[in-house]
Amino acid sequence: MAEQDLIIPELGEHLPTPDIAEDALADVRSYPAKPQLQEALGFPTELVEDWEEKAIAKMGELLEKYRSLRLYLDICVKCGACTDKCQFFLGSGDPKNMPVARQDLLRQVYRKHFTAGGKYAPDLVGAKPLTREMLDEWFTYYHQCSQCRRCSLFCPYGIDTAEISMAAREIMDSIGMGQKYTNEVVLKCHQIGNNLGIPEAALRNICEGVEEDLEEETGVSIRVPVNEAGADVLLVAPSADFFAEPHIDGLIGYAKVFHQAGISWTVSSHASEAGNFAMYLGSYEHMHKVSTRIRTAAIDLKVKRVVMGECGHAWRAAYSFLNTICGPWDFLDPNYPIPQHICEFTQDLIERGGLALDPTANDHMTVTFHDSCNPARAAGMGGYPGGQFEIPRSIIRACCNKYVDMHPDFIREKTFCCGGGGGLLTEELMPVRIAGATPRLQALKQVMDNDGVTHMAAICAICKSQFTAILPKVDMDPDMIVSLHQLVSNAIQLGAKD
Amino acid sequence: MAYDFQGKSIDHDEEGFITDVGDWSPELASFLAEQEGIALGDEHWEVINFLRDYYNEYQIAPAIRVLVKQMKKAFGPEKGNNKYLYELFPYGPAKQACKFAGLPKPTGCI
Ligand code: SF4
Ligand code: SF4
Ligand code: SF4
Repeated sequence: MAEQDLIIPELGEHLPTPDIAEDALADVRSYPAKPQLQEALGFPTELVEDWEEKAIAKMGELLEKYRSLRLYLDICVKCGACTDKCQFFLGSGDPKNMPVARQDLLRQVYRKHFTAGGKYAPDLVGAKPLTREMLDEWFTYYHQCSQCRRCSLFCPYGIDTAEISMAAREIMDSIGMGQKYTNEVVLKCHQIGNNLGIPEAALRNICEGVEEDLEEETGVSIRVPVNEAGADVLLVAPSADFFAEPHIDGLIGYAKVFHQAGISWTVSSHASEAGNFAMYLGSYEHMHKVSTRIRTAAIDLKVKRVVMGECGHAWRAAYSFLNTICGPWDFLDPNYPIPQHICEFTQDLIERGGLALDPTANDHMTVTFHDSCNPARAAGMGGYPGGQFEIPRSIIRACCNKYVDMHPDFIREKTFCCGGGGGLLTEELMPVRIAGATPRLQALKQVMDNDGVTHMAAICAICKSQFTAILPKVDMDPDMIVSLHQLVSNAIQLGAKD
Repeated sequence: MAYDFQGKSIDHDEEGFITDVGDWSPELASFLAEQEGIALGDEHWEVINFLRDYYNEYQIAPAIRVLVKQMKKAFGPEKGNNKYLYELFPYGPAKQACKFAGLPKPTGCI
């Protein structure tokens, strides 16, 4: 397994705006989806013969469907405010990773086919045909965007590059140009119920193993129930929470919280995934299919509440779409948010004195928090503005004596993406992932040097995996990434509330 | 993409994982390991055999936590830890040991 030639960034005191490095990431391309995979998802198996015509037709269809897309393509005034806001540009210097340049790849073709100026004076308005070369650039650079929406925050018109990326991906899928990683994950979710492809027997094996360990460690019998009909709460966690480190420590945290609250809960093998990778494809149909699993599980298990685990884009999907694409949820208890985030759940218990927490249990750590971009910019929490920033911090403070925020320019709504979201968490994109992680790691390094920070907590499965993979490459300790509910797990005093 | 192995062509993916679990044999495992500069010894086989047994039962590779726990149970704490597993398989048990064992690499949010 030859390691790719990786450019390892040097982390300094400040994040400089990089020198322009033309084509720095031009050769870093996602693997294409194989024909069988495309077919299983109902996409053409390979690039269709009349791809140009089909792509333009699809673009027309999307422009009709999403008015915002047309608006975004029309209103950019090239003011440049977004150019140095994307972590993939900041970490690489590749000018095609400037948000406006990323948009322009689609905009040029849009101008040619859908505007009067483009038809009659293409050169004047920068209109270009969709050549094979252009299509290849789409495939490369629309898979170097994590759809994090950081750029839109700084654009005076609020132009959302994420939406443009999603549209481009949807067009590419429709002409047979899918990305292997995302499409494989979506298919596993349809066939097995989760992104990793953990079948029911394995899920039970893992959860029983965790129960055993917990009993051994704590002397208390703490359940991690699977498919237990009649439980109050259906917990929908990202499948990584059953599989990876430090994710599984978060799962253990949820289990302890439910245990101490005395609320019955269950995970479901049918809906064993919180995430919805179909969102990365921009496909409504597949999104609907993935989300519907949660609805079916909730009905079958006769639960009263649905709580989502620590997963960034899952929360975005659940928060913004669960009600619209597979509601109504009138069979759930209306006294609780539908759906509810595990952080809202835990925070509510803390406020009501329902958890016995001893923050000295985390005294060996000085903790900072990585706001995941999806909760930060595409969802809320707690029903009040900024709840998605306050609630996780408030839980951490209840569990840890030493908490430090990173530089205010790089947290809360201005947070950087971890560099692995949006369908980029795959081996062949490693140079892109390193570039994208650099701004966050630089900000982290600063609080490590200045404030003695030892750990960074996150509430997103992808963020945790991405940082765990990238940190050793810059000579930092991967174990410094922790799940937020791992901190809760350490602090909770079992038995104190029995 | 295929390996040329004992006169047969064995398909693999972009990262060298064989695409049909049925193509696997112990000899193929040794062949794959050699390509990455590793001569498989008993210690490697302890891990590979467990991975294969687990996969046969559960249709997925074990979570690292499960693997570590099993190694600890079967061979004691010196072998039931991450550090030991990384010494055996420098690119990580999930990636490298799964590859030699002929299992698909687990992908998703990990
Ligand atoms: S990765 Fe984020 S900041 Fe960069 S272009 Fe995409 S949405 Fe904008
Ligand atoms: S900030 Fe907005 S208007 Fe300005 S160049 Fe970027 S996308 Fe265009
Ligand atoms: S991985 Fe985390 S930071 Fe990156 S896109 Fe997802 S939520 Fe955002």
